[in-house]
Amino acid sequence: MTLALIAALPFLGAFFPALTLRAGRTACAATAFAVTALAFLLVLSHAPAVLRGEDVFQSIQWLPALGLNVSFRLDGLALLFSGLILGIGMLVILYARFYLSPHDPMARFYSFLMLFQGAMLGIVLSDNILLLLIFWELTSLSSFLLIGYWNHLPESRQGARMALAVTGGGGLCLIAGLLLLGRIAGSYELGELLANAGKIQSSPLYTPALLLILLGAFTKSAQFPFHFWLPRAMAAPTPVSAYLHSATMVKAGIFLMARLWPVLSGTPEWFWIVTSAGLLTMLIGAKIAFFQNDLKGLLAYSTVSHLGLITMLLGFGTQEAAAVAMFHILNHATFKAALFLSAGIIDHETGTRDLRRLGGLRTLMPITFTLVTLASLSMAGIPPLNGFLSKEMMLEATLHAGYGPVWLLPALATIAALWSVAYSVRFLAHGFLGERKIEQKPHDPPPALWASPAVLTGLAVLIGLFPMPLAAPLVTAATSATTAAPFAVKIAHWHGLTAPPLWLSLAAIAGGAVVLRLYRPFNRLYEAFPKPDAKRLFDAVIEPLARLSRRLTGALDNGSFTRATAIALATLTTSTLYAFATGPHTPGTRALLPVEAVPAIGWAVLVTATTLTALLHRNRLISLLFVGVIGLILSAAFAWLSAPDLALTQITVEVVTVILMLLALHFLPNGTPRESPLPRRIRDLTLAASAGLAIAALSYALMTRAPAFAPISAFHLEQSKPGAGGANAVNTIIVDFRGYDTFGEIIVLGIAALIIFALTEALLAPGPASRRLAALAKARPAQAGDRHPLIMVLATRFILPFALVIAVFIFLRGHNLPGGGFVAGLVTAIAFVMQYLASGLGWTEARQRIAFHSLIGAGILIAGATGAAAWAFGLPFLTSDYGYIHLWPLEEFEWATAALFDLGVFLTVLGAVMLTLHSLSRLARRAGESTARTPYDVDIGEGV
Amino acid sequence: MEALIAIAIGMLTASGLYLILRQRTFPLILGLSLISYAVNLFLFASGRLAPGLPPIIDKAAAGYTDPLPQALVLTAIVISFGMTAVIVIMALGAWFAGGDDRSDTGGEG
Repeated sequence: MTLALIAALPFLGAFFPALTLRAGRTACAATAFAVTALAFLLVLSHAPAVLRGEDVFQSIQWLPALGLNVSFRLDGLALLFSGLILGIGMLVILYARFYLSPHDPMARFYSFLMLFQGAMLGIVLSDNILLLLIFWELTSLSSFLLIGYWNHLPESRQGARMALAVTGGGGLCLIAGLLLLGRIAGSYELGELLANAGKIQSSPLYTPALLLILLGAFTKSAQFPFHFWLPRAMAAPTPVSAYLHSATMVKAGIFLMARLWPVLSGTPEWFWIVTSAGLLTMLIGAKIAFFQNDLKGLLAYSTVSHLGLITMLLGFGTQEAAAVAMFHILNHATFKAALFLSAGIIDHETGTRDLRRLGGLRTLMPITFTLVTLASLSMAGIPPLNGFLSKEMMLEATLHAGYGPVWLLPALATIAALWSVAYSVRFLAHGFLGERKIEQKPHDPPPALWASPAVLTGLAVLIGLFPMPLAAPLVTAATSATTAAPFAVKIAHWHGLTAPPLWLSLAAIAGGAVVLRLYRPFNRLYEAFPKPDAKRLFDAVIEPLARLSRRLTGALDNGSFTRATAIALATLTTSTLYAFATGPHTPGTRALLPVEAVPAIGWAVLVTATTLTALLHRNRLISLLFVGVIGLILSAAFAWLSAPDLALTQITVEVVTVILMLLALHFLPNGTPRESPLPRRIRDLTLAASAGLAIAALSYALMTRAPAFAPISAFHLEQSKPGAGGANAVNTIIVDFRGYDTFGEIIVLGIAALIIFALTEALLAPGPASRRLAALAKARPAQAGDRHPLIMVLATRFILPFALVIAVFIFLRGHNLPGGGFVAGLVTAIAFVMQYLASGLGWTEARQRIAFHSLIGAGILIAGATGAAAWAFGLPFLTSDYGYIHLWPLEEFEWATAALFDLGVFLTVLGAVMLTLHSLSRLARRAGESTARTPYDVDIGEGV
Repeated sequence: MEALIAIAIGMLTASGLYLILRQRTFPLILGLSLISYAVNLFLFASGRLAPGLPPIIDKAAAGYTDPLPQALVLTAIVISFGMTAVIVIMALGAWFAGGDDRSDTGGEG
């Protein structure tokens, strides 16, 4: 259980910051920290087993039909990454608490950060590649939010957009690639994929799958030529840069390559593509980093370069190289995150990150200076720090890679190392040595801010000093998991004077020192050459695409609803026609019903009314009348076609619907002007007629064929009496078999009524709508005729108790005969509405004791409580029971708990219908409808 | 009889769509009602037509029609009332707020 819990914890944690912000910013940070720490401890609790080589698995079936399971695995590789994600996560959370200014919305920051953490943790723990994809996309989204955190800054927004476009685009390729991979292997479970390496590599789909997956990995891990988004993402707050853009997210691509290493590596395609991409990235990144003046820019390009280094190592396809890659992932995370956080401190204290304006901070900020010295020397690869160890091992690995001539790869790697020495020392020298150039005298920050980089720098030093006890077990486990074969790593500082890497290292250090000394001439040279501007290039690609999509969207949807509908309709009809024309089909063979006289007459009325509704739609009242006729015929048709429940429901709903529309017509214009030109009407008619024809054909085809599968309702019919205790199968389905659907439905109905209530309130609130209503009242001509005719008043009052009795009757018999809560609710509503119609709103409202909202609430509560009562008997929600009750003087009768549920339905329907109509009547009243407070209309007078 | 029902469903759909394509809110509401009828009838017809066989369990019954589409349509009828009501109040809101009952905003149909 714990793996799923670990993966879920950060997502849960994403809720807490918003909840705890009221308790202060420290509480907000503390909750995020506590959740991360808990997840970290849970991972650690598995560490001993994983380090022994015993992987931890957990799987929950989610959508087995799609091969999508929530499967998690914690092996050496996942342990290394989850340790980094959660460990550095804690440090970044601590740091950010003191880094963010009081104006920055803190809860939002921590929520985004936890969201990202959960997504990233999900990637590394996933044991199912479809699950991995979901988390992968989540990292792209959450990093978009984090880069754009300071959304008032244009460079934040642009950087976020660029990162999303590049990594999101790569993510799409990755989806395709992983789907191909799963298709070849026949499973999306990682374990089965890894067991099918041979099958995958011999498949013709291997190369496309590889290319697509690598596109995903390279964009995420900022490999050349997709590296340009990473420096732009530096617009993010520094803690985000440290976390996402050095330690975790940019390593997701590398993680993926490592994860799929046993399946994908070892082929020439893999070797040449991955090694070359890594090598180029390493060289280009290192060179550009040297000339960056922005501290974070320098670190960003340096990260690009180091990611290239790791990618290159994975490209080699040997276990030794993979081990170095794992070791360097760990080392790079420690020193680079420390440097990012230190750069944040410098920015925080001096107000600038420009290396040309910095200098002389050595004596003013001694603590920061010490941290930066150690971390940047580690980045430069100076012994005995951890950066030195992995760099030497990398140089050693290049000697055996077999990439072109033997000398080529070591030489190029040494050149990259040389640049790396140069930019690392430049960061240190131009930042801290020399003369102070800024006005103010900065000082070291409080310990809370330097604690995080101090921990990371301490780790870099300790791993450098004691690599075997501290790092080797983890690297061994990670390598064994990556390469799917046991491997024991050996890390040593000294390999003797004859070891070539030593000399390559020394050459790099010496060369780096020379290059740094010649910074000025080099920089002039660098400045002299025009450089491709990533943003311009990116915009040149994206802008036309965006324009095209805007044009396309504009052509399809210009704000006109009818135009969009017409286009959708045309598309649907054409594609349906195409499917029909190209698909195989045979005529239906089902026996048809003979045409009978009475139904045929009903049909003729229905079709005529339908045609007239459309034809005479300009006279709205007439056309509404025909809609009512259609509803009545339909209800008769239901009765004839063995659906008495539907007939009852249709006829009652028809009544309230027509009343509702009449109320609406009370305000809306009575006519629709003739405004569409003839061609437009012909177009609409053609569209409507062809769609209608298609639907008619479809219905006919459906009815003339027997069902393809045996209907499941045989079960409902069979179990209606013994299982649900009712003879009316429709009712037992509604209140029992599919009670959960009905429960959802009455909630929806209740919500709809509340929406109407809320909209009415908004219309009645002071504003333009309310003013228009009041104006309507003044403009309204004097009412003609009897508004509350005496006969109608008396009749409805006389009818009311009978109507209620009928409703009760319909309700009670519903379980066995046509009827039930829906119909009873509607009948009751109609009985009440008649009072409104006859006696007016004011009179009726004055006699109303229960608010309609309460009816809705009570109905849903009763239905819910009936369902929940089943829990008390250890049964699932909404399990019903029934029994026979003998109540003198009545005969013995049957009572099912489902009837109680139906009562909930009844109350909700009643409340919803009444609240809806009542809301509309309130509008009418505001619009100047006079209200009668007297029992009868004013015509009678008080004295009579 | 099946052909007649199919034609009725098609007619309801066509009229409903034509009304929806008019540029005013009230025809739109009526059109939606007609389409609701069409959809309900279609759903109902998916249980096939069977006069005289109500799904009320009775020893004397010769057989039963499929009750499941009926249960579906019953709830659909009630929900379409809720939907119609919400659209009506939205149309009224637009009318009061803007003094206009067009369903098209902005561009030309």
